[in-house]
Amino acid sequence: MIHSLFLINNVGDLFLEKHWKSVISRSVCDYFFEAREKAGEPDNVPPVIRTPHHYLINIYRDKIFFVSVIQTEVPPLFVIEFLHRVVETFQDYFGECSETIIKDNLVIVYELLEEMLDNGFPLATESNILKELIRPPNILRSMVNTITGSSNVGETLPTGQLSTIPWRRAGVKYTNNEAYFDVVEEIDAILDKSGSTVFAEIQGVIEACVKLSGMPDLTLSFMNPRLLDDVSFHPCVRYKRWESERVISFIPPDGNFQLMSYQISAQNLVAIPVYVKQNICFFETGSSGRLDITVGPKQTMGKTVECLVVTIHMPKVVLSVHLNATQGTYNYDLVTKILVWDIGRLNPQKLPCLKGSLSLQSGAPKPEENPSLNIDLKIQQLAISGLKVNRLDMYGEKYKPFKGVKYVTKAGKFQVRT
Amino acid sequence: MRENRGLGSKMTDSKYFTTTKKGEIFELKAELNSDKKEKKKEAVKKVIASMTVGKDVSALFPDVVNCMQTDNLELKKLVYLYLMNYAKSQPDMAIMAVNTFVKDCEDPNPLIRALAVRTMGCIRVDKITEYLCEPLRKCLKDEDPYVRKTAAVCVAKLHDINAQLVEDQGFLDTLKDLISDSNPMVVANAVAALSEIAESHPNSNLLDLNPQTINKLLTALNECTEWGQIFILDCLANYTPRDDRESQSICERVTPRLSHANSAVVLSAVKVLMKFMEMLPKDLDYYGTLLKKLAPPLVTLLSAEPELQYVALRNINLIVQKRPEILKHEMKVFFVKYNDPIYVKLEKLDIMIRLASQANIAQVLAELKEYATEVDVDFVRKAVRAIGRCAIKVEQSAERCVSTLLDLIQTKVNYVVQEAIVVIKDIFRKYPNKYESVIATLCENLDSLDEPEARAAMIWIVGEYAERIDNADELLESFLEGFHDESTQVQLQLLTAIVKLFLKKPTETQELVQQVLSLATQDSDNPDLRDRGYIYWRLLSTDPVAAKEVVLAEKPLISEETDLIEPTLLDELICHIGTLASVYHKPPSAFVEGSRGVQHKRLPARAGSSDVVQSGVSEAPPAVIPSQGDLLGDLLNLDVAPPTASVPSVQPSMQLGAMDLLGGGLDSLPSVSHRTEVQSPQPSSDNSESELGGDISGSPSMGGGLGGAPASIPAGLGSAPAVGGGLGDLFDLGGGVGLPTGFYVAPKTVWLPAMKAKGLEISGTFARRGGTIQMDLSLTNKAMTVMTDFAIQFNRNSFGMAPAGPLQVLTPLTPNQTIDVSVPLGTTGPVMKMEPLNNLQVAVKNNIDVFYFSCQYPLSLLFVEDGKMDAASNKLQGSNIFTIAKRTVDGQDMLYQSIKLTNGIWVLAEMRMQTGSPNYALSIKCRAPEVSQFVYQCFELVLKN
Repeated sequence: MIHSLFLINNVGDLFLEKHWKSVISRSVCDYFFEAREKAGEPDNVPPVIRTPHHYLINIYRDKIFFVSVIQTEVPPLFVIEFLHRVVETFQDYFGECSETIIKDNLVIVYELLEEMLDNGFPLATESNILKELIRPPNILRSMVNTITGSSNVGETLPTGQLSTIPWRRAGVKYTNNEAYFDVVEEIDAILDKSGSTVFAEIQGVIEACVKLSGMPDLTLSFMNPRLLDDVSFHPCVRYKRWESERVISFIPPDGNFQLMSYQISAQNLVAIPVYVKQNICFFETGSSGRLDITVGPKQTMGKTVECLVVTIHMPKVVLSVHLNATQGTYNYDLVTKILVWDIGRLNPQKLPCLKGSLSLQSGAPKPEENPSLNIDLKIQQLAISGLKVNRLDMYGEKYKPFKGVKYVTKAGKFQVRT
Repeated sequence: MRENRGLGSKMTDSKYFTTTKKGEIFELKAELNSDKKEKKKEAVKKVIASMTVGKDVSALFPDVVNCMQTDNLELKKLVYLYLMNYAKSQPDMAIMAVNTFVKDCEDPNPLIRALAVRTMGCIRVDKITEYLCEPLRKCLKDEDPYVRKTAAVCVAKLHDINAQLVEDQGFLDTLKDLISDSNPMVVANAVAALSEIAESHPNSNLLDLNPQTINKLLTALNECTEWGQIFILDCLANYTPRDDRESQSICERVTPRLSHANSAVVLSAVKVLMKFMEMLPKDLDYYGTLLKKLAPPLVTLLSAEPELQYVALRNINLIVQKRPEILKHEMKVFFVKYNDPIYVKLEKLDIMIRLASQANIAQVLAELKEYATEVDVDFVRKAVRAIGRCAIKVEQSAERCVSTLLDLIQTKVNYVVQEAIVVIKDIFRKYPNKYESVIATLCENLDSLDEPEARAAMIWIVGEYAERIDNADELLESFLEGFHDESTQVQLQLLTAIVKLFLKKPTETQELVQQVLSLATQDSDNPDLRDRGYIYWRLLSTDPVAAKEVVLAEKPLISEETDLIEPTLLDELICHIGTLASVYHKPPSAFVEGSRGVQHKRLPARAGSSDVVQSGVSEAPPAVIPSQGDLLGDLLNLDVAPPTASVPSVQPSMQLGAMDLLGGGLDSLPSVSHRTEVQSPQPSSDNSESELGGDISGSPSMGGGLGGAPASIPAGLGSAPAVGGGLGDLFDLGGGVGLPTGFYVAPKTVWLPAMKAKGLEISGTFARRGGTIQMDLSLTNKAMTVMTDFAIQFNRNSFGMAPAGPLQVLTPLTPNQTIDVSVPLGTTGPVMKMEPLNNLQVAVKNNIDVFYFSCQYPLSLLFVEDGKMDAASNKLQGSNIFTIAKRTVDGQDMLYQSIKLTNGIWVLAEMRMQTGSPNYALSIKCRAPEVSQFVYQCFELVLKN
């Protein structure tokens, strides 16, 4: 199982190590550094690295490499999922997962890691249970702890650990009982030069924030559940009910969690909210080029497109840009060669346009590749797939909760080729 | 003081790092021994903080351990953390902690009990483990499931430290009992612990899976944590259902896992389904439903984080090879996004090719062309190669692929051009005489090629199509100038190409060929190059016509898919979906450290044995060329063909030819004899090991079916790209010669065609009649003159066969007459080991000339009638040593035997006996080498008495 964990920052300092079995010398990380060197970009480090005696499985998050060491045949996905869980736990506890914050909370981090794995086997990975075992830091509590001498480690057995609903703690009490659901859809798409769709799909998630007392048993139903044929559920969801009735029936964890994720890939269901007319060309002579981009609404279902941003990775030889934007602002980073055009709200009456010339390094050959455009956008109060929640029913408790559903559509990996 | 400051300013642990002075340890020591609880705790925290960043604080051991006896749970946990880290370096001190542990194991709070047993297991000190046994035994039977599940893992820990102790104490049995525990979490942990222990105990029946336990596991599966589900699913995958109904019911209960949010659960479920599906009849409705259900979860994995995608893609690569139908409509999800990490891009590309078909080829090509203009060099190269693979895979698309490649060549981007030329060469080999019009364009780019593979490919093209290229001689000559600086690959190719050119345009190129032959034979110290040079030289000087037939022989077409995983390996890997093995596409036995004797997993057989063809009914299984590593592994495992690197070829015919030409063999040969036709059935892969060799070398591989060198086979074992089919154009004899099997007289085959022997056709076979070996010949006169004065002679051969009587053709052989003669053979002639062993070179003389041919005799010819080893095998069988097989090799009798010990250890024995000699040689193979000595002893006893 998982043998050890090393945390390494993006300049290559190893700043934390944890061993769940015997201690493995940190020299094993040399193989990682070698691969890191070879990969160039930190994102390109292969996730599974083979060394003569161990396997290193790593993920890169928030400028930190989480490198785990395994010695026997262990499913790599198991390890990766666990590392994700570690990152999520840190974010949950400390608000972020940076090197500084980990160093600031080293003891809690160490306690958490110890609690999450035993001998390499996952022990407690649910946030609800961990928080009962080890309380998250906050300034007030530390003050109180120091004064009263109480500790930030739970004294009792976490109740959820053994019930058949390990994700929920017992004895939850709220004065305001509320349950909110966010339906968030992201459009992943590749459009070709002419604007036609090469590939498009919707990645949807339903994020829940449930603060209900006692042991509520919820049932969420949709107006159009037929849309969903590829779904992944939180362990709390009763799969049988979904199979037979197409409703989501569950006893929720306490607090924030992801209820389900789904994927809609049927081409006719994926609406493309904007179109992009673009022309980027480089001239054979004169070390220059032209850029002309216009964005307009396509299938927005009558809603407004907001937070529209166009990002372009320019070829290395583009030295500077001289552009004029009819709306929003643009910024060209000379080091990373990234052009960002922040448009904001899309006005269908007056289409935003970015136009101008590019100057290239003199003498350098005309770039071979044309840069791809990355689009970012947001549409409030709309799930682009048309998914709608019908109702939420609660059983098992007497009180009447506040309920709410919010929809939002975003661009995921939305690319336009040129 | 410091503490106050820390509190006042920032409420974080970074304050623990402020002490770096020399007196630090001393200061901490004082704080640890403080009376104040709070101060103690803070001190321990500082110690832990120092420990996590790798500072040595082991000197504080006694002081920290003193803090252990406390009711403060946090302090206790911190001390435990410290103990786990340092106990090993201070074993004597660690003993001090034992009492507290034992006491804690009795604590009323189950959390403390569990914590104590958990921590004790992590202290890897022998003395402590002795004390651990009693508390552990209690905890395994604790009333609280939380304690039981912790204790289950502890057994695995203890086993890691002292396996014998765990067995002696009977913990394994207790652990097995926990599989039936009422709490699903306990079940999952017990399974996990047993699986880990089983990994180091391949033969023990730890996870004894039967329908009852399977049922318990399936029940627990629904209720345990995600991690527990992974353990249980992985364990289920090892089970072989009794019949298709059981298989289906397990599948039905596992399918809901495909909708789990944890990708590891999903992939483990996919593994179970892929394996058990194998048993379901294909016409079953449920089979189709299952196929449909598998696609969405796999697609979903691809929208996850890149590192998850990578593992998923490596597995999908296996799945599409095994069951292409699952994802055949999902091509689009494998399209590459420009900001995918490179490792994801390369994997996606691979799968795109695998899924490419006539239906989607237009889309795929458009994508590939897009990729070929990207920035990343590795990716662009692979994309160009992929276009070539599409052309070879989907015939209808070949033309478009070629024009796409030409477009790319026009870009003049150096590495794109080189890759394009390498793949165009393969396209030529697949579709000869179709696209040669593009050669002119290729030749324009000759100068820009600087990579050996591209140069070699270009030279191959020039040589192959020399007659269409006006200045072929100039082009090749230009390469010749720097001959010694070229890599071996290019040198070999250049040699072959110039010889081809010479054979096509002999008049103008005599000088060139002389030059290259002398460069290759005299100035080179590369044996492969030299050998090939000599072969050509002799060929050209002895018989140019034969040379033409050899060098310009028709090449076999290259096969469609060149990098498919070999089917048995694929089946094994399917059983290992989701593991490291599946990421590396290698069997676990090949690389997992410490797995002593991994059992090979096999897919279960389908119930109706009628449809054994696994991938589609109508599809013929594609010819598979194992990739380098696997091939090597397989070769060595099977002990096929002596893997001596100095033997340049696995192909028998090559060997023969080389021997003759290089002056061995029949000295008086006036002409080249190795082209003598021997009826050679195509090697079929279901045959014996010896044919594997032929198979491998006979099929050209994409990597460079360059018509390359015999040298490239041993070279391939090292690092050079495989030029597996190298021999193709040298000696196109098509693999080895099939051995007639069974005790029958094979029908006569033509050994010497009339056109090679001035009208004399000889066909024949061998027979063993009444203890004598006979060669039955049919001589046919297809010439216009009468033939007389026949005589026969053999070259030295492996078993010393020689004619025991004359070739009796009493009457002259008139035109168009056929006579049958039998020549009795003896086995007392001169012996020389032949390659292949059963090769026989024969010379037949008549009044016209002497003719040479070679033929192969079935080894059964040499099986003597008194070869029965009944005496020995009966004797042995009496002692439960069972004979699996007998064989006669080199006049020695071999007995293969098996023995099973009461504890399930299998012993395989090979007994070798020399006829007429009382001595036996015994080799034994066994997983437990320590028993072999005693097996030897008992063989001796049984046989001598």
